[in-house]
Order: sequence, then structure tokens, then C-alpha cells
Amino acid sequence: MKILVLMKMVPDIVEELEVASDGRSLDQEYLRFIVNERDEYALEQALLLKDGLGATVTVVAPDAPEVDDVLYTARAKGADRLIKVTGLPAGSGARATAAALAVTLPAIEGALPADLVLSGCQAIDDLDGFVAPLLAGALGVPYLGLVSRVSVDAAAGKAQVMKEFAGGVMGRFEVSLPALLGIQGCEKPPRYVPVAKVRAAIGAGGIEAVEASAGTAVAPVEVAALAKPEAAGHAEMLEGSAQDVAEKVADILAARGLL
Amino acid sequence: MAGNVWIVAESWKGSISDATYEALALGRELADGLGVRLEAVLLGHGARAAAASLGRADGVLYVDHPALADGVGEETSRALAALAAARGPGLILVPTTNVSWDLLGLLPARLEAPLVNFCREAVVSGGGVEFTSLLYGGKMAATVGAGAGPVVVAVLPGVRPAEAGKGGAAPAVEEVVADFVVGGGVRWLEYEEPEAGDVDITQQDFLVAVGRGISNEANVEVAEELAAALGGAVCGSRPVIDQGWLPLVRQVGKSGATVKPRFYVAAGISGAPEHTEGMKDAELIVAVNMDPSAPIFSVAHYGIVEDATDVLEALAEAVRKRKG
Repeated sequence: MKILVLMKMVPDIVEELEVASDGRSLDQEYLRFIVNERDEYALEQALLLKDGLGATVTVVAPDAPEVDDVLYTARAKGADRLIKVTGLPAGSGARATAAALAVTLPAIEGALPADLVLSGCQAIDDLDGFVAPLLAGALGVPYLGLVSRVSVDAAAGKAQVMKEFAGGVMGRFEVSLPALLGIQGCEKPPRYVPVAKVRAAIGAGGIEAVEASAGTAVAPVEVAALAKPEAAGHAEMLEGSAQDVAEKVADILAARGLL
Repeated sequence: MAGNVWIVAESWKGSISDATYEALALGRELADGLGVRLEAVLLGHGARAAAASLGRADGVLYVDHPALADGVGEETSRALAALAAARGPGLILVPTTNVSWDLLGLLPARLEAPLVNFCREAVVSGGGVEFTSLLYGGKMAATVGAGAGPVVVAVLPGVRPAEAGKGGAAPAVEEVVADFVVGGGVRWLEYEEPEAGDVDITQQDFLVAVGRGISNEANVEVAEELAAALGGAVCGSRPVIDQGWLPLVRQVGKSGATVKPRFYVAAGISGAPEHTEGMKDAELIVAVNMDPSAPIFSVAHYGIVEDATDVLEALAEAVRKRKG
């Protein structure tokens, strides 16, 4: 079985985000990038399938700051092949990314066809679309999103997957392979890998850099302005030690007859 | 912008979702501002009766087809794209929920139309529509334009009160045929309900919600202590569910539950839109987070910039003391 995992870097929102002088984009100077959280679950799902059934796992990620570390970490966890797509800067947008991958991936020897292409189901910067369904549409393979369990019957060319609905309800679906799945979660959190193993992977190298071919995407949506959101309201802030604020909250609860 | 405003009505397990009525209320404003019709589009099989509650629309376009019975995105996106290609709407509003998720992802590809994602506001401006989208987990708002239609708009839950999208006389329902290819390789089999026996967080007056900021699993116990003191239950945001610290039935927000308790403590929760959609209507919200710019503070009534676990511990103590 062949599994392709799409990962991408996104701004780390634990850091303070600032708007650039153009008023329309993030100030890159202080921006740190981390891997899109859902993509880590996509990788974990691929590795779980590899552990259970045997598979080769190829990780593909657009070039971005820190992406090499992410790719080598994937290798240390068990990924077999690492591909970095250059010429697609972070923040290119889901439409441009999907369009470029749709022409770039088929040109990479041995990357496609894959039985499964897995990707995080969404990212915090997906303003103009989600990469997974857009790419599925372009590649002409079935797509299902918000998936959090995958089991594969390779001989039958089918997968059974669980998709999250609301209130803890899951839907069971049968998907014909090859297929593209947007991953929301996993039966386990992403595996831990010791730093020493990542270092060893970095030492061994082996990231293949591939220049993106330009795809044809629809005109992107246009950001006229970016700003911190105007809050409809803001909390009244309580200050003091943990004990002080706890007493204040207890006062508020008591005043409302909640204690 | 020529073309009518469409709202894709979401019917799941036999009823129209609140997110549909919320988007319908927004669609009403946009259609009135643009001077066009507001049409609700309902896709299903034997589901025509559900159209009766969509009276805030000027009319309902109903597509009945066996392949649309289970709401599989592969089919619904094709049916809707075929219908849109034939009718030329200007805007297609789709509620951003798990039920409509695949339709939302696939429709822009099928229609080759732009998508405005994470939309939490839209206003008519200069003959067009200006959208506001929440990006980066709610930490930034982008003002977005999208050119000529059709434009697909992913409307965040809570964009308007659901009540504003309800009412009106039963609308005229036009049954229409959509010419689409059936058999997209995805087949719905069954729903799996969560295991019974756990607490129902939607029925609690007091909820102690924990997020990534509680740092480790042992601190869930601290939240349990506060919940016990209050007489409520512990729930959580996505990261603690992902870690397996709480089961999925305890999740608040997208994929989880919508709760309206009398008191909600958000401990170590940043307040991404996926979470706040499920708790913003709680009567009293207190948020504790180390990050003073966390979006949760714009939803909470009271805020505390402090270590979440320390405050939960102190609050449990204060509550126990007062209850004697």
C-alpha cells in the first residue's frame, strides 16, 4: 500500500501576530511557523496503517521556514520518503496550493498513484478553501473530510472510515481507493519521537526538493485588510492572585444565586 | 452583483439545523441589500416537508434524488454545482458544520468558483458584498472581497441568532431536477451514537471546560474537583479530546456539543471559533488564560490572566468554603 501525506506549515498563533505595513498580511519578521496541527494527525494515521498493514509513507510539504525539521521528524517517526515542494511560499492559499500540487505530484516519479492521500482536514489560514477536497477534485478521486479512524481492506480496494458529526456521533463510510481523506483525529495522539532520532534523521538527510509547476486556479479571494478582530464585547478582567480572583468569582456566583 | 442569494439548507437526521437558520438570517439581509431573491436550496430524498420551516427565504429549490438521501458530499456537491451552473446564483451561503463540511470543500472545485471561508460577517457595500473572515484561530479578521459570482461562502455558526432565520409563512417550494453524476466512491453505512452512560454535558448547569492550557492530563482532576464542588461536569476543547484526556462526548464546539449552562469556566482555552460556537450562549462565562490576547476574552463575561490550574484549584476551594 502506498500512502501520501500532505503537510504544511502555518503561523504559530501562540506568538503575538502583527499586521504588516501593507495592512493586508501578517508581519513576517516575528512570525514563527509550526506544522498544521491536523496534518500531524494525518501523518499519525498513515503511520498507524503502516504499522498494521505495511505501507510506504511519503510526506509532501511546501517549502517554508522550519519545514525541514518537520520532514525529518516525520522520517524519525517512520515516514519512508520526504518531498519538499519549492516555489510555493507559505500563505500561497489553498487554491493555488491545490492547483500546483495537482500538476506537480503526478510528475514526481513514484509519488502517485497512491492508495490513500491523507491531509489535515483544515488549517487556520485556509481563507480561500481546503486543500484536500480541492486536490481530490482536481485528481478525480473520492474525498471525505473530518475523518478520525481509517481501516483499509487493500485486497478489496476499499477503506472504512469514521467521520465526526456533532455531539459525539460518528458516521461510518465506505470509500473506494484511491481516495483522499481530510483527517481530523486519530485513535491515538501523534507518537512521540526522541530528539536523538530526529537528529539522526537530519544527519542522514534525504529530503527531495521538487520545484512546483504552476497550476491553474480560480482568481483568489482578495484580502482588502487584515486586523485584530473588533470584539463585540470584552471580558471584565479580574486581577490579583489565584486566591483573590477565585474569591471574586465566588462573589459573582453568590450574587447570581449560583452557590 | 447579479444573481440571487442561495442558502444551502442543512438537514440532518430529519431536522433543519440551527446553523441553517443563522445563515438564512444573514442571507435575508444580503438579498434585501442587493435587491435580489433569497432562495434556500434543499437536497435530499423524501425530505420536501423540511422546506416548510424555511419561510424567511423567498422560495425553496428542492432537489429530490435517492443519491442525496445520506448527504454524502461527493453527490451533494455535484447536484448543487449542476443546479448552480443552470441557475447562476450570485452567492451560495453554506453553514460551516460537520454535516456540510464535504459539500463545502468540494463545491468550489466542482463550480470552479471562489470560496470565502470562516465568514463571520457580510455586508452589502457599493453594489457588492464585503466579507469578514476570522483567521488564525480567531486572532485576526480579514476583510475580503470576491469579485463576480458565483461565490461560495462558508458561514460560521452564530453569525446571526437562529431565531432571526425562523418564521415566515411556508415558502413556495419548486422541485427542480439537477443533472449530476451519481457514484462518487463514498458510501454512508451507518451512524454510531456515543456510548451511553457518560454525563450529558448539554444538561448541566455548571461546566468546567479545559483546553490545551491545562498542560497535562493530571490537571483534568483539578477541573473534576471544581466541577464536583459546583455540582456540574468537566468538558473540553479539541486539544484535550485529541490527547485522549476526555472522551469525544465531552467536547464542546464543532464535532462536539453546543451547551448553554448557567456557569461556564473556560480554563486554558484560547477561544478559536470552533470552540466558541458551542458555548458563547452560556449565561455566565469566566475565562482563565495566560495569553491576555486570547480570543476567549471577547466571548467571556469575566477574564483572568493566570495559570488555569492554579485558578481552578483556588476556585474549588472558595466554592467548597462557601457551600460549607
